Amino acid sequence: MFVRGLKRKCFDGEEDFEGTLAGIKAIPSYNLQRQSLLDMSLVKLQLCHMLVEPNLCRSVLIANTVRQIQEEMTQDGTWQMINTQSTGQASLDRLVSTDILCRSSREQAEGKHVPGYSTFSKDFECDQAQDSSETMSTASSVQAPRNLQSNVWEMENPQENKGNFQKSLDQIFETLENKSPNSVEDLFSEVDNSYYDLDTMLTGMMSNTKMGHCDGLETFSSPTTTTSNSNCKSDLNELDHIVEILVES
Amino acid sequence: FLAGFGNLMQDVLWCFSQVKGTIDIGVTEADIISTVEFNHTGELLATGDKGGRVVIFQREQESKNQPHRRGEYNVYSTFQSHEPEFDYLKSLEIEEKINKIRWLPQQNAAYFLLSTNDKTVKLWKVSERDKRPEGYNLKDEDGRLRDPSMITMLRVPVLRPMDLMVEATPRRVFANAHTYHINSISVNSDYETYMSADDLRINLWNFEITNQSFNIVDIKPANMEELTEVITAAEFHPHHCNTFVYSSSKGTIRLCDMRTSALCDRHAKFFEEPEDPSNRSFFSEIISSISDVKFSHSGRYIMTRDYLTVKVWDLNMENRPIETYQVHDYLRSKLCSLYENDCIFDKFECVWNGSDSVIMTGSYNNFFRMFDRNTKRDVTLEASRENSKPRAILKPRKVCVGGKRRKDEISVDSLDFSKKILHTAWHPSENIIAVAATNNLYIFQDKVN
Repeated sequence: MFVRGLKRKCFDGEEDFEGTLAGIKAIPSYNLQRQSLLDMSLVKLQLCHMLVEPNLCRSVLIANTVRQIQEEMTQDGTWQMINTQSTGQASLDRLVSTDILCRSSREQAEGKHVPGYSTFSKDFECDQAQDSSETMSTASSVQAPRNLQSNVWEMENPQENKGNFQKSLDQIFETLENKSPNSVEDLFSEVDNSYYDLDTMLTGMMSNTKMGHCDGLETFSSPTTTTSNSNCKSDLNELDHIVEILVES
Repeated sequence: FLAGFGNLMQDVLWCFSQVKGTIDIGVTEADIISTVEFNHTGELLATGDKGGRVVIFQREQESKNQPHRRGEYNVYSTFQSHEPEFDYLKSLEIEEKINKIRWLPQQNAAYFLLSTNDKTVKLWKVSERDKRPEGYNLKDEDGRLRDPSMITMLRVPVLRPMDLMVEATPRRVFANAHTYHINSISVNSDYETYMSADDLRINLWNFEITNQSFNIVDIKPANMEELTEVITAAEFHPHHCNTFVYSSSKGTIRLCDMRTSALCDRHAKFFEEPEDPSNRSFFSEIISSISDVKFSHSGRYIMTRDYLTVKVWDLNMENRPIETYQVHDYLRSKLCSLYENDCIFDKFECVWNGSDSVIMTGSYNNFFRMFDRNTKRDVTLEASRENSKPRAILKPRKVCVGGKRRKDEISVDSLDFSKKILHTAWHPSENIIAVAATNNLYIFQDKVN
C-alpha cells in the first residue's frame, strides 16, 4: 500500500535539531523509528489498562496505529526481525530531543527527565546486529512452542506472530469490555504511583530487555512470576505483568 | 449594531472584560473547567468543572451610569451536579467531571439545563425565590414542629419578601443507559426530547421519562475485537427535529433522519474528505479524529474540529468540506512528540458566532483562534493574566515557525502544552466570548466605542 521512501513522517521535523547535536550526521532509520513508535504505542495501551476507566477513543486510535504498523511491517517482511538495524548513537539522541519540546514549562523548570523511548530502543539495538536475523529465526523456532502466551515484543515465526498479535489486541479490548474485579484488584493491590509513569514503565522495560532474546522468553514462560500479585513494584518484571494482563491470568 | 455585527474581523477589537477563578500556581484538579455554555438569550453563562460542580453567571442589567461596563457576568448560582460514584460490577470509579452542559429554552420564570458526566444526565431547575411563607400552623418560625394539641387557633400563612435566593434542584435523573462514556448531549428543537451519545451508542430521551430511552444509533460490533471506530460527538439539527449528526474517530460525519427507521444505523448522508496521500503518516488517522461537531445557527452548515484544523461542511455536499482552516499547522512536524505526551488526543471544541460568519476554537499556550468566513482573515489571541487589565485590547499573537523570530512572536518550542483552551463559548447575539483556561474563565467583549 505504501512505498517506503515516499512517505513523509513526523520524524522529518527532527532534522531541525541536527545542528544542535554535535557530530550527528545520520538520519534515524525508518525501521528504528517505526519500531519505537510501535513500542511506545504498546506501552500506552498497557497504561490504558491500568487506569481507572480507559478512554475508549484513545485506546481505539492507538490500537489502530499499532495495527497499521504491524501491517506495514508484515508487508515489508520485517515483522519477524523487529530488532534489526543498528544506526548508531546519534539517532537515539535525536529521538530524545523531540520529547523536550513537549514538556510543560513547569517540568522543564524542575529538570524532570523523561527518558522517552531512547533508552528502550537502545537495548534492542545493542542486542541485535543487522545480520543476526537468521540466527534469531533459528533460535526462535526452537523457542516457539514455549511462547504460548502472546508476547508482542518477542516474535517467532510470522504466522504465529500475526495470530498472537491480533490475539493480544483482542484481549485488550476484551479486558476493556469485561474488566474482571480480580485483575483490577491485582493491579491496584500494592502498586506504586510511580508505576503509572511512562518513565518508570520504560525504565522497567529497559531492565527487562537487557536480557537477550532467549532470556526474555525464559521469563515469559515461567509461571511463578506471572501469577505473583504480591509484588507490583517497579522492579517487578514489567513484561511479565503485561503478559499477565493480556491473558487475564 | 446589527449591520456591523461580526461582519468584518478588522472592525472587531477584542477587549478583556472579566476573569473568574483563582490565580494560584498550583491548580486543584477539581477546579479545572470542563465545559462552558451560554443560554439561548446570553443572559446566563454556565460552567462545569472536574469536581462535578456547576457555576452559573448572570449578566447584570446594563446601567446608564456605567455604560462602559457592558453587562458584567456575576455568580448567580453554584451547585454540586454530580458526585463521584463507584461501579461495583466493574470495580471502576465513575468520575464526577461534568462533560457537557446544555440549556433548555426558557419557557417560564425558571431556567432549565442538562448536565452530564460519563454515565448520568441530570435535568436541573434553577429558580429564584424572593418570598417565603410565614405563619405556619404546625411548625414555628424556626421550623420546629408544634405539638398539635397545643394549637388553639388557625391562621393562613402569608408570603413575605425575603432576600433573593437562587435554588438549583435536580428535577430528573437519567441514569443507567450508557455502558460507555457520554461525550455529548443535545436538546432537540421540539423541546420534548434530547439525545445522549457515548463512544458506541446514541440514546433518545423524553424529558418526562427517566427509566427508559430509545437507542437510535449503535455501532458496537458483535466482537469487540473488531472495534476500530467510535462516536466522538453528536448534535441535533437546530430546526429539523428528525435530523441529527454524529462524528467519528475516523474523521467522518453521518447525518441521520429518525423518520426512516427506529435504529438509525444507516445514515442519510455521509461526510468524508478524501485523504491527501502526500500527507499520510502513522498519525493520519489520529489527527483526523473529530473532537467536536456543531451545526451553524442557520442549520445549513456543520463545523468539525480535528486535531489540526476546523472544517465547515455544506449539508448538501458530502464529498469534501467547503472551508478548511488551519488552527496550528506548525504542530504537524511535532506529531511524534505530541503522541508521546498524549497531547495528540486532546479534544478541542469549536463554536460559531451568532451570525455564523466567524468561528472560534482553542489551541495551546492559552491561545485561541478566530476565523472570519467572509474575509478569510484569522487572528490568534491569548487568555492570560498579563492581558487582564480592564478593557485592555487583546493584542494578536503569532507563532514563529522556524527562521528568525520577531520580537513579539513565540517559537513553537516555547509553547506551553499544558495550557490548552479546549472549551469556549460565544454569546448567541453579541460579540461576547467565554474562554476556559484550565481553572480560569475569561470573558472578552468587543470594544465599545
